Amino acid sequence: MPLAQAWSVALVGLEGHLVEVEADIAQGLPKTTLIGLPDASLSEARDRVRAAVVNSGQKFPDRKVTIGLSPATLPKTGSHYDVAIACALLAAGGGVDNGRLRQTAMIGELGLDGRIREVRGALAMTLAASRSGFERIVVPELNAGEARLVPGIDVYGVRSLRQVLALLRGEEIPDEAPPRAEPRLMSESLTRVPEVDLDDVLGQREGRRAIEASAAGGHHIYLHGPPGSGKTMLAERLAGLMPDLSTDDSLEVSAVHSLAGLLTSDAELVVRPPFIAPHHTASLASLVGGGSGMPRPGAISCAHRGILFIDEAPEMHPLTLDTLRQPLESGFIELHRAAAVAKFPARFLLVLAANPCPCGLTGSSNGVCTCTPQMLTRYRQRISGPIKDRIDIQRQIEPAARGEADGERPESTAVVAARVKAARDRQAHRYRDTVWNINSEIPGPILRREFPLDAGSQKVLESLYSDGRLTARGFDRVARLAWTLADLAGVGQPTAELTHQAFQLRSGAPLTALSDARSVRGNSAA
Amino acid sequence: MRTKDAVGQYGEQLAAEHLAKAGFAILERNWRCELGEIDIVARDGQALVVCEVKTRRGLNYGSPLESITYRKLATLRRLLGRWLQEHEVRPAEVRIDIVAVLFPHGGVPTVDHVRGVA
Repeated sequence: MPLAQAWSVALVGLEGHLVEVEADIAQGLPKTTLIGLPDASLSEARDRVRAAVVNSGQKFPDRKVTIGLSPATLPKTGSHYDVAIACALLAAGGGVDNGRLRQTAMIGELGLDGRIREVRGALAMTLAASRSGFERIVVPELNAGEARLVPGIDVYGVRSLRQVLALLRGEEIPDEAPPRAEPRLMSESLTRVPEVDLDDVLGQREGRRAIEASAAGGHHIYLHGPPGSGKTMLAERLAGLMPDLSTDDSLEVSAVHSLAGLLTSDAELVVRPPFIAPHHTASLASLVGGGSGMPRPGAISCAHRGILFIDEAPEMHPLTLDTLRQPLESGFIELHRAAAVAKFPARFLLVLAANPCPCGLTGSSNGVCTCTPQMLTRYRQRISGPIKDRIDIQRQIEPAARGEADGERPESTAVVAARVKAARDRQAHRYRDTVWNINSEIPGPILRREFPLDAGSQKVLESLYSDGRLTARGFDRVARLAWTLADLAGVGQPTAELTHQAFQLRSGAPLTALSDARSVRGNSAA
Repeated sequence: MRTKDAVGQYGEQLAAEHLAKAGFAILERNWRCELGEIDIVARDGQALVVCEVKTRRGLNYGSPLESITYRKLATLRRLLGRWLQEHEVRPAEVRIDIVAVLFPHGGVPTVDHVRGVA
């Protein structure tokens, strides 16, 4: 049969498109052409496939071979079409039954010796194949772990082209040497949530309250304070307070991580919210994603449903930091390139940390700040208004005072996480008829109309507004935070005290109402 | 005679037999002019076929078909034109075919015929 088809998957962002790989063998001098908008790494497939076919003991057709990838107008990139190309080619030459081949989706890069190497994005590709009705998919063995996370499709992890051919011919699968995992571009530890517990943090009542509220309502947070006061320590512990990801979120986060090359071969679904901490020198493309040709996800997408922690935020280039504005609002990022438009999810919790001034000594008891007023102004302006405006919680972190550190043993992560979980459950219940899940996601008009504050809370906000201490936008922000505090306290409606505390959390003022909040919680339990 | 020439001649012999069996009428063999040489000129139905024979003893340097370059094809086209000119024939169709003969050491020779490469 001089014509045969196989199937593979193209990824545009996280979205998979089925690609039909056709091979035609025609009369003519030996020549292989690859058509269907291949990029450089895909064009090289011709030579890889040729060597792999010959070195797998198969005959490469001694004729004019045309490989077509359709839809022909979709730009294709990457080396994962190799296996489908090789199989279509051999089926066209009559070596493989095409009927069976057509029912199997295939991804994998071929080595010159016929080994099958791992690829990126296998999870999203498998998902696309499954949704298009394929019941079987052939993937590199090192990607089989993540591919098996997709329900409803049989995953065959293979080590070599010989094994694929045996599979298609229904023969016994030959044994091959196990593949060697390739080194990761980004180390795995980047996504791992630091294993630290909140009970290591002595004192820091306000800081603890701030990160608890942040985790409970998904509020972005800005921690500032002198060096060594514990900003990073608190930020790392924030990750541990967040509840596990839901099944859908988990699949989505795993798919992004698969594409970014962050999943290991023995991958399980990512169930914990990821913690991504890019250095403040991070480039724009590394943060939001990008790259020429087909865009790749950046740090903000890797932090999807987790935490994006930027330490020394004012040191980051203001333009870079400002690119976070749109994803902070929409929860996704759209990257437009000549080849394609890719959309990646990017709903993350932003945690910024900063020194109070360039020398770091403002407000510190360890020395006197030597910064000039101009330096201070410039430093503070590096985080732009629009970014600051999207941050619900600001907190000055002071080094723990001696007496504070001597007190009772602080609450552990498990205790606080349980409270956060309960608060999240209350939110999920309250918003069950909407598309939103947590307080920070609720749009202002919906919040005002469907979930209004009571008269007491309203009065607190209005008096702050008339004093000029609260803007119109700040109104909604404080209301959302007040709901979060109420959810944490286990009360049905934010009280005036909680609303006032919400305002303090947002404005960065000291928390006077802390003891009141405790008493509110005590009352509701009684 | 050098070995490679003997191999070539043997290949051409096999190719001619193959073509004859396929119903080609062999008109001329090893026709030469100052442009070069045509291995076989044959008639296949209405078509006049100029046939290049390439013989190899193994695949270590690639298949015989792979050794046909664009330059070689261009030469064959010019030779075809010259042959038609000198013989003053006007066939309805002209064609260039390649016959690849693989003649492995101690093995059975195989003949691979590719029609209409140019």
